[in-house]
Amino acid sequence: MSETSFTPLSRKQMAARVAQDIPEGWYVNLGIGIPTLVADFVPAEREVVFHSENGVLGMGPAPAPDDADPWLINAGKQQVTLLRGGAYVHHADSFAMIRGGHLDLCVLGAFEVAENGDVANWATSANDTAPAVGGAMDLAAGAKRLWVVMEHTTKEGRSKLVHRCGYPLTAMRAVRRVYTNLAVLDVTEQGFAVVDMAPGLSFDDLQARTDAPLRKA
Amino acid sequence: MINKTVRDMAEAMQGLADGATVLVGGFGSVGQPDALIDGLIEQGAKDLTIVANNAGAGRVGLARLMELGRVRKIICSFPRSAGSVVFEELYKAGKLELEIVPQGTLAERMRAAGAGVPAFYTPTGYGTLLTEGKPTAEFNGRPCVLEHALPGDVALVQAHKADRWGNLTYRRSGRNFNPVMAMAAKLTIAQVDMIEPLGTLDPEEVVTPGIFVDRVLLHPVA
Repeated sequence: MSETSFTPLSRKQMAARVAQDIPEGWYVNLGIGIPTLVADFVPAEREVVFHSENGVLGMGPAPAPDDADPWLINAGKQQVTLLRGGAYVHHADSFAMIRGGHLDLCVLGAFEVAENGDVANWATSANDTAPAVGGAMDLAAGAKRLWVVMEHTTKEGRSKLVHRCGYPLTAMRAVRRVYTNLAVLDVTEQGFAVVDMAPGLSFDDLQARTDAPLRKA
Repeated sequence: MINKTVRDMAEAMQGLADGATVLVGGFGSVGQPDALIDGLIEQGAKDLTIVANNAGAGRVGLARLMELGRVRKIICSFPRSAGSVVFEELYKAGKLELEIVPQGTLAERMRAAGAGVPAFYTPTGYGTLLTEGKPTAEFNGRPCVLEHALPGDVALVQAHKADRWGNLTYRRSGRNFNPVMAMAAKLTIAQVDMIEPLGTLDPEEVVTPGIFVDRVLLHPVA
């Protein structure tokens, strides 16, 4: 197979690509991993309010070493800051923001996304030795829209965009859009539609790396 | 005169029975009532069901309680975290029953218990392993699962300031599960950084009113 030359996006470039699509005024929850990096690429003059499920609305970046506050952490248990206009709430109110459909967007990582929008991101087997779900199922079911950001394939080269998920589901028909190191894809009634591709990558190259059938948006 | 403050740990833990369901506040170590957990270890109650977001870390606190064989079951959203060695050992050895609950469903089940709601429907977890076998129903075209309230016999919470009526304020993200758990238990015991004279806490700042609190133990966090 002859291929054009292309460069996959780095983790930071993927985060920046997601940030590009978040408009001012949105309330947004970012999952652990690449999603957390997204906040770094939203320009300071664009007011986007970040939510952390442990009861922080209006979360800011990591503190300077001198300003570290052990009482202020995010869902990944890293120390963070609170921006002007921020607020603290208890867990039931924090999840009311999620489950009540008040968040405009949640960005999560995932193991697999299926062409019908099913997502698997919490366990890799039904007999996981020590399963843990956290807030993933609430976020996937409750936010107004769910975007997934993840590598396009596993380290072994297996497509993470699939016909149907093989891993235990986090939520059914929940994902609206997927950002990978190779492409941006919308989940539609007709399956994955390619919105954007890494520079130099052709549609056929992308399809060759994807289990689910693709179409052009 | 109403006075919910207790003199010492023994008084705080009085009457905590074997077989109790104990709600333990905190998200990781932030807002976790460490002194009360140590008090429970010392007090000796066993065959406990522990409800907490995480399943402890290292070999102290909740992890120590589990290692001592005093916990029959743990109900939590995220047991596996950095340093959760005791949980993993006991779970793999089949010595600990585990109920994994989505974090928001966990909070809402306790809120429901505190608010007199016996059960509720939610779309969270529908069609997943965690809700297998639960009754389902469709609302506004959306499939949902039935979840039951989760009341506690006892809640152990951590707060910042208190007064002798049991009114509580919190510190930043240390609030987390504490106010919800305080509502959901028959007996709520609060470990607090400071006790102020009645009437000096700003009523606008009180997050947990004293009606939800039974005992207050002064134990400043280092």
